[in-house]
Amino acid sequence: MPLATRLRAAIVCLLCFFGLPFLTPAATPPDAPTVILIQNATILTVSHGTIEHGSILIKDGKIAEVGASIRAPKDAQVVDAAGQFVIPGIIDCHSHIAVDGSVNEGSVSVSSMVNIADVLNPDDIDIYRDLAGGVTVANVLHGSANSIGGQTVVIKLRWGQPASKLPFEGAVPGIKFALGENPKRSNFSIPGSNQRYPTTRMGVEETIRTAFVEARDYKKTWDDYDKKVAAGDKNAIPPRRDLRLDPLVEVLEGKRYVHAHCYREDEILMLLRVAKEFGFKVRTLQHVLEGYKVADEIAAAGTGASTFSDWWAYKVEAYDAIPYNAALMTRRGVLVSINSDDAEEATHLNQEAAKSMKYGGLTHDEALKLVTLNPAIQLGIDKRVGSIDVGKDADLVIYNHDPLSAYAVVQQTLIDGRVYFDRKRDISERDAREKEKKALMEKEKKAEEKKPGAAGEGGKKPSAKPDEKKPEEKKPEDKPKPPQADAVSGGAL
Amino acid sequence: MKSAQMAFRFATIAAALCSFCLGASAQSQPPSTYALTHAKIFTLVGSPIEDGTLIIRDGKIAAVGATVEVPAGAQVIDAKGLQIYPGLFDPITQMGLSEISAVNATVDSTETGAYNPDVIAATAVSPSSEHIPVTRASGITEVLTVPDSGGFDSGGTRGVIGGQASAIHLSGWTINDMLIKKSVAMVISWPEIQTRTFDFATFSRKEKPFAEAKQDYEKQVNELTDYLDRARHYAQAMGHGGPADFQRDLKLEALAPVVRGQLPVLVFADRARDIRNAVEFCDKQKLKMILAGGEEAYKVKDLLRSKGIPVILRPTLSLPPEEDDAYDRLLSQPAELAAAGVRIAFGSFDNSFARRLGQQAANAVAYGLPYDEALKAVTLYPAEIFGVADQVGTLETGKIANIIVTNGDPLEITTEVKFLFIKGQRTSLDNRHQRLYEKYFNRPKATATN
Repeated sequence: MPLATRLRAAIVCLLCFFGLPFLTPAATPPDAPTVILIQNATILTVSHGTIEHGSILIKDGKIAEVGASIRAPKDAQVVDAAGQFVIPGIIDCHSHIAVDGSVNEGSVSVSSMVNIADVLNPDDIDIYRDLAGGVTVANVLHGSANSIGGQTVVIKLRWGQPASKLPFEGAVPGIKFALGENPKRSNFSIPGSNQRYPTTRMGVEETIRTAFVEARDYKKTWDDYDKKVAAGDKNAIPPRRDLRLDPLVEVLEGKRYVHAHCYREDEILMLLRVAKEFGFKVRTLQHVLEGYKVADEIAAAGTGASTFSDWWAYKVEAYDAIPYNAALMTRRGVLVSINSDDAEEATHLNQEAAKSMKYGGLTHDEALKLVTLNPAIQLGIDKRVGSIDVGKDADLVIYNHDPLSAYAVVQQTLIDGRVYFDRKRDISERDAREKEKKALMEKEKKAEEKKPGAAGEGGKKPSAKPDEKKPEEKKPEDKPKPPQADAVSGGAL
Repeated sequence: MKSAQMAFRFATIAAALCSFCLGASAQSQPPSTYALTHAKIFTLVGSPIEDGTLIIRDGKIAAVGATVEVPAGAQVIDAKGLQIYPGLFDPITQMGLSEISAVNATVDSTETGAYNPDVIAATAVSPSSEHIPVTRASGITEVLTVPDSGGFDSGGTRGVIGGQASAIHLSGWTINDMLIKKSVAMVISWPEIQTRTFDFATFSRKEKPFAEAKQDYEKQVNELTDYLDRARHYAQAMGHGGPADFQRDLKLEALAPVVRGQLPVLVFADRARDIRNAVEFCDKQKLKMILAGGEEAYKVKDLLRSKGIPVILRPTLSLPPEEDDAYDRLLSQPAELAAAGVRIAFGSFDNSFARRLGQQAANAVAYGLPYDEALKAVTLYPAEIFGVADQVGTLETGKIANIIVTNGDPLEITTEVKFLFIKGQRTSLDNRHQRLYEKYFNRPKATATN
C-alpha cells in the first residue's frame, strides 16, 4: 500500500482527534475578493494579440475589462504582475485525472451506459498538480479499451470543492470512442481468457455500426411514441428505456459530442464514413497521430483533432507519429489542440504546445491556441473560456516567463476569479504540512501500540517507512505494461 | 506560411543536393577538415568565446579560439549568429536495443534471468534504428545504451545484474564505427522489498506480508553477495593464471573488472531506503557505484556526497512518488542535489523521449539549478561519470568532434540544431519524422473525400 493511501487511512481514523489536516495543499481556497486588478503584465489574450504592461479587471469571477491601463476601482485587490505573463487557463482536451478507480469498463466493447461523472474524485492530488501546471479545464474521459466507451465530462479544476462543483456548467456532454489496437486488444492478451470481439479494425467498424443501427431503431420507437402522445393517444405505451442506447441517440441528435481515440489514417477515414452514414458529426479525433496524412479529409468533415506533441514508437500504430502533426493539420485547416492523456504531461502543456513552433513553424499565437482557445472550441465552451476577453470566465494563469518556454514557471492559477494555485503560498505552507504529517504518523504509531493484540500477525505496521510504491514510469496513453489489479482490463487510457 | 514553405523547399533541394554529393563521393573519403567560423562557442571550459572559430580535423577538434587561423583546404561553415556546443550526452537509453516497445520482436533490451553480467548492449545495437537519427536531430550526439534499464518496455520482472552498458556515437555504418567504449558500467537493479507483485500466470495481484517480502529481499541481496564473492575468487584465480584445467565461466569473468573496482556499477534505485541499502552494499563490496533513478536521492544527499556517488536522474518531468510530496519535488531536486555537492546528470531512461533531454534540464533550471550546471549535466558530467571525458563532453583540442551548431540555447524547446558533427563528420539531420513531414506536406489537396 502506498504511503499516501496509508496516510489517508490514518487521517480518516484520526480526524476526530485532529480536525481537518492539510497534508495536501490548501483544501479550500479563500473566497476571492469580488474585484481583482492584475496590473503591469504581458497579456497574451490569444484572441486579439498581446498587450504589454496591460491590466485585467476581474469582477464576480468574470473578466470585466482588459487593456493597457485600467484604473483600480476602490475596492479592488491589486496584483502587480510586472515582468510576468498572463494567459487564459490551459484546457486539456484529453485527461484521466479525478477518476476514482479504473478508467475502462472492459467487459464489453460498447459501454455507452457508464458515465465518468459518476466516479469523479475531487480529492485526486493530480487535480492540484495539473492546476499547478496552469490547467483550469479538463475533458475527463474513459479509457480506450472499448469501441464505444463511456460518457465523458468536462470539469473545472476547482481543487477543494466537492465533486458536484467540478463539472463545467452547461458544457455539452461527450462520449469516448476508440479505434485500432486498443479496442481490438492487440497488446493486452490475458492468459487463459477468451478473446473478445472485435479483434480487427474491420470488426471495430462493424461494432460501431451495429450499435448505431440499434440506436436508430430505438430512437424510432421513441419518436413514434412521442408522435402518438402528441396526437393525443392516451393509451400509447412508452418504449422500454435502454441506458446503453440513450447516449447514442443523443449523438444522433447532436446533443452529445463524440471524442474518438484513433491513430491510423485508415481508421480515421472509417469513422468519418460511419459518422456520415448515420448522420452525426465526430467532434474530435483524439491522439490522431496519423491525422497529418488525412488532414484534408478531417478538415472537410468539420472534425477537430487533439493530438500529442511528440510521443511515438511505443506501439506499431504510433510508429508514424511525428511532432509536426499539429502544425501540418493546422495548415490544412483542421482545428487542432494538444492534449496530455496523462496527469504529468498535463503539467507542462504550455511547453508541449511550444514544440509546434519548432516542428512545422506555427506562430507563437497559433501555438498558444493549441492549449487554450482551440480545445475550448472543440469542447463547445469557447463562449466562456479559452481567451482573455471581456465577459469570459476569469480563468487565468500567471507565469514568470513567456509560457512557450521550458523556463516558465506558473506563479498563480485562477478559476472563476479565484486563486486556486499560488506558488508562493504552496511553498510557504510546506513546513507546516510536513510537521502535521509527522504528528499524524506519531499519533498513528502510538494508537497502533495501544491496540490490544497489535503485536500479533499483521498488526506491526512500519509507520515511519511503509512498503514502497514502485515509482510510476511515464505512461503513454496505453502502454502495455503489467497492469495493476484494478486495471486488469488493459490499462488503456 | 509562404516563406516557411519556400524555406522548406529550399531545404529539400539542399538536402537532395547534399545526398547527391554524398553519393558522388561515396568511394572517396569525405572531407576531413572543417572550419566553423564567427560563432559564439560554448566550450564548457572557461567562458564562451564571442566570435570564435573551431577547427575539426581527422575526427578531432584541432583548434578552438577567438584567433584561430582557417587552414588551407578546410571546408568553411560561416556560423555567424549561431552557437556551438558539445553535442548532448544521454546517459541512459535503450538506443538500438528497442524499436517499438510494444512489439517484443523489436525489443532486445532485457535478457531473461536474474544474472546476466556477461551480456553487452553493443552486441545488439541496430545501427539502422529509426530512433538514432530522430534523437540525433535534437542535438544528442552520444548515448549510453543500457540493458535492463526500464523505458516504456520495462514491463515484467527485471534481473538483478542486467548486463553491461555501452557508450556509443549516434552515427555509424556498423557498431564498430559507433563505439566510444564497449563496456562502461555493469547494470544492477537494486532488489526492492516488494509487498505487492503481479502474477502473470493468474493475471492477478498478489499481496505479501512485509516480513515475507523482506525475507525475499534479503535472499536476493545474499545471492548477489554470493555471486560477487564467487566473482572475486574467480578474478583472483584468473590473476594467478589458474590451474591448467581452469574452467571458464563467462558470467564470473565479466564481473572480474567490477570486483577489481575497474568497472563501475550502475545501480537502479529510487526510494531512499533502497538507495541507502545499495550504497552500504557497494561500500562493503568496494564497488564503484553510480546511482540511476534517484527519485528520493534528496533524502540521502549527504550520504551520496560523502561517498562521491553521482546520480543519473530520472526525467525531471515526472510526478512525485508520493501523493503528499510537494508538486515540484522532482523539478527542484536537481538544484537541491547540486547545491549539496552531489554530481548529477540527466537521463531519458527511454528512447522515444530522448529528445526531451534538453527540456528536462531546462525545467530543472526553471526550478533553481544554475544554468551552467544543467548544461554540463547533459554533456560533460555524464562523460566524466562514465569515464569517457577524455574523448567527449567539452570542446577542447584533441577531443572527438561531437559538436552541435544551434540557433540558440540547446536546452530550450524551440531551439533548432543547424549543423551536427559526429566523430568530426558532418552528419545528416534527416530522420523518419522529417521525411514523413516532407512527404505529407507535399500531398496534393485531397479532392474526393469519403
